[in-house]
Amino acid sequence: MSPEQLLAYVLDPDLLERYGARFVDGLLVTAKLVAISFTLGALLGMFLALARMSQSLALQRLAAGYVYFFRGSPLLAQLFLLYYGLGSLKGFWQDLGLWWFFREAWYCALLAFTLNTAAYQAEIFRASLMAVAPGQYEAAKALNLKRSTTFFKVVLPQSLLVAIGPLGNELIMMIKASAIASLVTIYDLMGVTKLAFSRSFDFQIYLWAAVLYLLIVEVVRRTLKHLEARLGRHLN
Amino acid sequence: MTAPLSLASLHPAPDPRPELIRIEGLNKHYGAFHVLHDIDLSVREGERIVLCGPSGSGKSTLIRCINRLEIAQQGSIRVAGTDLASKGRQADQVRSEIGMVFQHFNLFPHMSVLDNCLLAPMSVRGLSRREAEERARLYLSKVGIESQAHKYPSQLSGGQQQRVAIARALCMKPRIMLFDEPTSALDPEMVAEVLDVLVQLAGTGMTMLCVTHEMGFARQVAERVLFLEGGKIIEDSPPEVFFGQPRTARAQAFLKQILH
Repeated sequence: MSPEQLLAYVLDPDLLERYGARFVDGLLVTAKLVAISFTLGALLGMFLALARMSQSLALQRLAAGYVYFFRGSPLLAQLFLLYYGLGSLKGFWQDLGLWWFFREAWYCALLAFTLNTAAYQAEIFRASLMAVAPGQYEAAKALNLKRSTTFFKVVLPQSLLVAIGPLGNELIMMIKASAIASLVTIYDLMGVTKLAFSRSFDFQIYLWAAVLYLLIVEVVRRTLKHLEARLGRHLN
Repeated sequence: MTAPLSLASLHPAPDPRPELIRIEGLNKHYGAFHVLHDIDLSVREGERIVLCGPSGSGKSTLIRCINRLEIAQQGSIRVAGTDLASKGRQADQVRSEIGMVFQHFNLFPHMSVLDNCLLAPMSVRGLSRREAEERARLYLSKVGIESQAHKYPSQLSGGQQQRVAIARALCMKPRIMLFDEPTSALDPEMVAEVLDVLVQLAGTGMTMLCVTHEMGFARQVAERVLFLEGGKIIEDSPPEVFFGQPRTARAQAFLKQILH
């Protein structure tokens, strides 16, 4: 086999010309989907973690129930429940003025991913907050720091360093799990892959998808490594 | 013009210093364990007190109550006449004037030495960065760490870290300093450098309560030694009396163990 033939086997110039631009779009959609839902999920997850660690039994139970449900059921089921389940209540959402939201697969996917990752991130944050030594809280209290100062200046920076490994894991899982958005008509990376394959029946399309997912994950991995070094600079 | 010595020692002049801390009827339980048992204690301004006693006797708990790291179920602690448990500005102010140094330093590991000393003065006292830094550098130089201000705690020895912790507490300009076994976690060769700082601090007239088993330090610095046992203060005497003729058999046994 000549090099040209081999190249045509994994990176056919014709196919590339026909679908290359769509793949770039798909890549951006995946990146956007994950970036938004992961960030919103982090905020929600932090509140859930604080709720689980609060004094109030009601808040604790509520947060624990939330985590129980969203970790215990498949993401795919959650997405379908939102998009097909809640999406079938057209009249109800119209009355509430929220139909624009539940009509769109994009918003439903964002919501499902946010709710799902929040449950996992809540557990990561809870564990990492508990990993901060009790002496740190005592020192903060002895200096009469306000609760907010204690949290943002003393506890959070130390717990994030502990959290960053598992958070990176969760982010990478999310990137790959986001492929199921393609099942509700979203042209993310997986969506364009399926489209291109259904038209060309060329398996190399899936190879491209795999390599592109790998590429995103690699970018994430490197970024996290830098972040970890920065947060942990006092340890070196 | 000197008064007869014998008379002076028999009838010592009443201490003119005002009372700063007044603890009355303090009781603290951990579940079924009665840690502090009807503690009454009065401390004058500028007084230097060493607390000692076997482990579990309640000495750490007592000073942690003064800092409200522990809340007693019964009794009251007043500082300069203000009940520490009360609400309001006055009580907040008083509570923020009690500094504490811990056995394990508890420095903030992700902040430089200087930032450790800046955080509370800036966020609690509202000092500008310039004022806070000036103050921090002053106290860091007093404890001999000024040249390490930019380092992280993990880059310092245990003794240096504890001196930073002392400077950090002093940056709040406290009226009272509490020490909870400040040298117990240190390697032997670092104990002296921390004790030197404590002796120097004692010379400034700071009101100090120190839980320690450094009996040489107690002899040198303390005006009163409190001996606790089973959650009660069973001896409260000047060091020369405590070390010379301890009244209780328990204190005698304790001293025998600790001095040999």
